[in-house]
Amino acid sequence: MPSGARRLHGPDFAWAIAFVVPYAVVVVAFAAYPIGYALWMASRPSLYADLVADRLYLTTVINTLFFVGLGVNLKMFLALLLSGFFMRRRRWIRALLPIFILPWALAAVQACISFHWMLIGEQGLVDGVLAALFGIDGPIWFNNRWLGLGSNIVAYIWKWLPFWTLIFLAARMTIPRRIYEAAVVDGATGLRSFIHVTFPLLANLYLLCTLLSTLWTLGEFTTVYLVSGGGPAGSTEVLATLGFRYAFDASKPALGVAAVMSALPVLIPIVILLMRRLQTSELQL
Amino acid sequence: MSLARGRRTRHREILTEAGSMVLGAVLFVWSLLPVYNMLLIALDPEEGEIEFAGNLWPSEPSLDGFLETVTQEARYLEDFWSQFGNSVYIGLLTMVLTVLISSLTSFAVGRLRLGRGSLLTSAALLTYAIPAAFLIVPYYRIMHSYGLADSLWAVVAAQVTFATPFAILIMQLYARLIPLELDDVARIDGASALQVYLRIYLPLMAPALAVVAFYALLLAWNDYLYPAVLLSPRNMTVAVVQGQLFTDTDAPWNAMMAAAIIYVLPPLALLFALRRYVVASLTTVNSGI
Repeated sequence: MPSGARRLHGPDFAWAIAFVVPYAVVVVAFAAYPIGYALWMASRPSLYADLVADRLYLTTVINTLFFVGLGVNLKMFLALLLSGFFMRRRRWIRALLPIFILPWALAAVQACISFHWMLIGEQGLVDGVLAALFGIDGPIWFNNRWLGLGSNIVAYIWKWLPFWTLIFLAARMTIPRRIYEAAVVDGATGLRSFIHVTFPLLANLYLLCTLLSTLWTLGEFTTVYLVSGGGPAGSTEVLATLGFRYAFDASKPALGVAAVMSALPVLIPIVILLMRRLQTSELQL
Repeated sequence: MSLARGRRTRHREILTEAGSMVLGAVLFVWSLLPVYNMLLIALDPEEGEIEFAGNLWPSEPSLDGFLETVTQEARYLEDFWSQFGNSVYIGLLTMVLTVLISSLTSFAVGRLRLGRGSLLTSAALLTYAIPAAFLIVPYYRIMHSYGLADSLWAVVAAQVTFATPFAILIMQLYARLIPLELDDVARIDGASALQVYLRIYLPLMAPALAVVAFYALLLAWNDYLYPAVLLSPRNMTVAVVQGQLFTDTDAPWNAMMAAAIIYVLPPLALLFALRRYVVASLTTVNSGI
């Protein structure tokens, strides 16, 4: 964008300043100040000694790695594949799309509660289905750390898969058909056309979305809090929910902030990478 | 093309078709199972534990749950409509303010070409360096010092803060479709910056505005953490009340699920109303990346 090609003067400059004032106020009062406050609260080194001494913290870090690693990558990969499925020109596939999008537009709290009750054990719908179809007793999902963690991940993917599928679907629709036609002439069909044509064209977007989704998933609270509830015995907590428990259930606000701020060494490189990527894609943000 | 080869392609086509049918069926069940579960519980006639009997379909479907919710007769749902009102208030204000603030900012930076304006919008992304849920403790304290303790505006401020960076990103991407020459022509005709914003920018940006509006509403409508911490019980939203009771087996879950179903409808209606815009702007924004 040719910024600086023309200097703003007089009334224009005044207008431009007036237009950005609301956002500047929001950034300073509701973003910069809380972030600064959080960093100040979490700056005492002894807090981190307390964290490491708490066994729950280590469990939580491992859970967070699983939740983010699987929750993001599985979701993105499935979204990429499914966007190809929804490109197929069939009337019934087009009719299926609104149903597939439904989880995204559904309120998260209510959806997570439904997941919780669906998996509540033999009274839940999932175990009911398992018994009816295969005649087996389903497990008590939230009595086991790995089943609980897995339930959280599945619920999270369920909620956000449609959103990213839509993004990839929209991107695929912008790829001109003649590129595929040329690829067919060169003998690339099916999988090979995906690997050599579609994926290179979507790779930049895929990376951007993965980075953004990683940031958002690291901060995910609702799913874990309402599906497994962090149980059994706190063994499925992630950083966001553990910070909340420290701060509001155990009345240790500084420790809660320190727990979530310990993710900064992961967060900052991702943000830097994201901003670089956005710049190289000629996007002046 | 030889006959054998023709038959092979034909076989392959049938296989692909069958495969995509199976996938379609799986996606159908996957997407609707939790929704079906909500309906199953909401249609149960009795109060108490009977809602969770492992039934696969409602044996005696009844609308009592819905009726008790709407008339506020069910336990825990005595204030349903005032809580619903709070949710609507927060959602609509977040939506309007996010659209207003992000469109003004992206207009000033992208169209008026405010020098160093891009610094401001880069700072926008930095907001995401620390996820919203990580900032709840400082927010709680800061809202007290701003005199916004237990105010719906505190929640609105938080939601707008976290919605605007992504909103500005979408607008900046979409605005590249609108030629700058259009602004210049209007300026030569004597239009002020404000007039260009109102008469040219906003109407042409309609699809992007629609997406941003929906995104902001959904963010506020979906959130549990911020209203739960920033509001007191007398100012609660529907989402928080339901979230706080989610493990309570004594709650009347047929009515609770009926309330949940009523609560999820407004965003669905909005998405349906805005569907053309959503598709249009998703496609154009993508071609920009």
